[in-house]
Amino acid sequence: MLNINNLHAELEEDSEVKILKGFSLTINPGEVHAIMGPNGSGKSTLSYVLSGRDGYAVTEGGATLEGVDLLEMEPEERAASGLFLAFQYPVEIPGVGNMTFLRTAVNAQRKARGEAELSAGEFLKVVRAKANELQIDADMLKRPVNVGFSGGEKKRNEILQMAMLEPKMCILDETDSGLDVDAMKLVSDGVNALRDAGRSFLVITHYQRLLNHIKPDFVHIMSDGRIIKSGGPELALEVEENGYTDLLAEAAA
Amino acid sequence: MVALDETQLRDGVDRETVETVQSMAGTYKHGWETEIEMEFAPKGLNEDIVRLISKKNNEPEWLLEWRLDAYRRWLTMESPDWAMLKIPEIDYQEQYYYAKPKSMEEKPKSLDDVDPKLLETYAKLGIPLKEQMVLAGVEGADEPRKVAVDAVFDSVSLGTTFKKELAAAGVIFCSISEAVQDHPELVKKYLGSVVPQNDNYFAALNSAVFSDGSFVYIPAGVRCPMELSTYFRINAENTGQFERTLIVAEKGSHVSYLEGCTAPKRDTTQLHAAVVEIVVLEDAEVKYSTVQNWFPGDENGKGGIYNFVTKRADCREARAKVMWTQVETGSAITWKYPSCILRGDDSQGEFYSIAIANNWQQADTGTKMVHLGKNTRSRIVSKGISAGHAQNTYRGLVSMHPKATSSRNYTQCDSLLIGDKCGAHTVPYIEVRNASSRVEHEATTSKVDDDQLFYCRQRGMDEEEAVALVVNGFCREVLQELPMEFAMEAQALVAISLEGSVG
Repeated sequence: MLNINNLHAELEEDSEVKILKGFSLTINPGEVHAIMGPNGSGKSTLSYVLSGRDGYAVTEGGATLEGVDLLEMEPEERAASGLFLAFQYPVEIPGVGNMTFLRTAVNAQRKARGEAELSAGEFLKVVRAKANELQIDADMLKRPVNVGFSGGEKKRNEILQMAMLEPKMCILDETDSGLDVDAMKLVSDGVNALRDAGRSFLVITHYQRLLNHIKPDFVHIMSDGRIIKSGGPELALEVEENGYTDLLAEAAA
Repeated sequence: MVALDETQLRDGVDRETVETVQSMAGTYKHGWETEIEMEFAPKGLNEDIVRLISKKNNEPEWLLEWRLDAYRRWLTMESPDWAMLKIPEIDYQEQYYYAKPKSMEEKPKSLDDVDPKLLETYAKLGIPLKEQMVLAGVEGADEPRKVAVDAVFDSVSLGTTFKKELAAAGVIFCSISEAVQDHPELVKKYLGSVVPQNDNYFAALNSAVFSDGSFVYIPAGVRCPMELSTYFRINAENTGQFERTLIVAEKGSHVSYLEGCTAPKRDTTQLHAAVVEIVVLEDAEVKYSTVQNWFPGDENGKGGIYNFVTKRADCREARAKVMWTQVETGSAITWKYPSCILRGDDSQGEFYSIAIANNWQQADTGTKMVHLGKNTRSRIVSKGISAGHAQNTYRGLVSMHPKATSSRNYTQCDSLLIGDKCGAHTVPYIEVRNASSRVEHEATTSKVDDDQLFYCRQRGMDEEEAVALVVNGFCREVLQELPMEFAMEAQALVAISLEGSVG
């Protein structure tokens, strides 16, 4: 599904600031991978570089989605080919109804893939069902995108977008940040409902607790722009128990 | 789930809008010209021209004197220079002040007798001059609404639709030249009573040479049975358009009026100086909407309309209410401040505006809210969008007079900059001369946010679609106040004006 090979990236404005330093990872269809690491290890940058945000220069290595060079594409082309990023800080768009935004996005992707656009009726039916599962009410669908949403509402809204867009490769960037226990459960249930053999996940998180709800197949520890250790779910528990210090020391040794 | 169904309806409108936007190219759509034989008054401006225009309209002596008085005052006045506009010197002797299609020499009895070429012009613009039709873009809507249209072509009105049906309700809707003939007592009573001849340089010019425009009279207690609208088309070259509109709403009446404006694409600039006067009496309500899409000049700033307009509503009696809504996307230069005189106690004025300036356009626009009566209310919502090399200024006055006790104003001005070569300016003037009134002002300036664009693009929208979505959201507050037909056109205009201006 996703193949990242020896990826190096730095800030476009300041080539002295090198953030990714040889990051490699292969994710197969249906797998859930978690990336953990201390602040500043480059986790969010990884998600931005993969999704095509301005401001980063890739200096070495590459990334492909189903064999197609991801880094050559515009952000919207990456989205249409199945890459989805659930933002750590979902963006507010005043005056644009949540529903309008969703449908514009869904139809833009369908159009890009040469599929027929959904009619208002069809769209509404699907949205209603999925919104219900995430306990998103009619009012939240009508309100402007993320404006005045609580932290939990914003994250549930990200998952609703994901459910509607049906991506193949989902990157969740610290989706657990700012969530209380109940909200975390709702969001995790939403993610778990989307797990299937054809869809892969890359879950970026600082804490182990999210991984109690979204059970990963693999856990990777990231530090200083690359993976320093990989393992199964037990690796996350180890971090929870001992923190990152030992792992970092081990890697440095 | 009632709420959700409403969402579906609103979404349906948005979808059509998006499709309309997508189907339109990024150029000025109305830049074509109607080839037709015209009759011109001699070039230039002098008393003889004023007399000639008056004679062409078969006006009574008092009106000729009124015009001449205005002309003489104009000669002593100076073009205003306080706006944030660079106005090239205008040679008033190099313009034509009267241009009329030859086929209109003998006034057609009805629209059916109008030259087909002229009728075609309006068909092409999507303006229905047949009474069974509604405005383009809403055919097939659930409830087709009738819209009466007065079609003004250069200096003359071609005709007005739905006259009989309106007359049955007691409503007078005709061109001002006809009103001078048929209702001289009303015209004499109200003309110049809101905007006096010497109000300002351009109003004086208009008073001297206005050739046509619309007249609306709503009798006491009548709710006008349909929307009224005037569509202004400038066609002839080197010809100024000087229309004059007069709306009188008697006690307890109600009317919604829309105006639209377009002009051909030309290398030379053209002058448009209009005056709109609205008289609102006790408990009456007038809603006046404008979608101004005069030719804005080309991408190098060549050509375009110079738009100098004086619009004012006088809420003369208690609880009178007026609402101005404007979407200003056209014109090379816009100088325009639709204002409300809140004279009656408890009267209300509202002003909603979107001004979009792209390429080399300059706009200096805003409003004046003059609170004279007790407990008067006003609300101003202005959105300025600048792109390319354009300059966009909001200029607004809120004045609370000593007797306007317990009055309120709320002003919100937002500016959006697209790109880094354009400018946005906010110039609020606030005068409060009593202790019990309150004025609130908020102003923000923002750039289309990179985070918003990236968010939209990550969800699959291309850059242009993303900008259109964000900008439309920004404008929504104002667009909501427009009648639906115009709201759709305006949304499409918003997207067109900004196409290719990202960055």
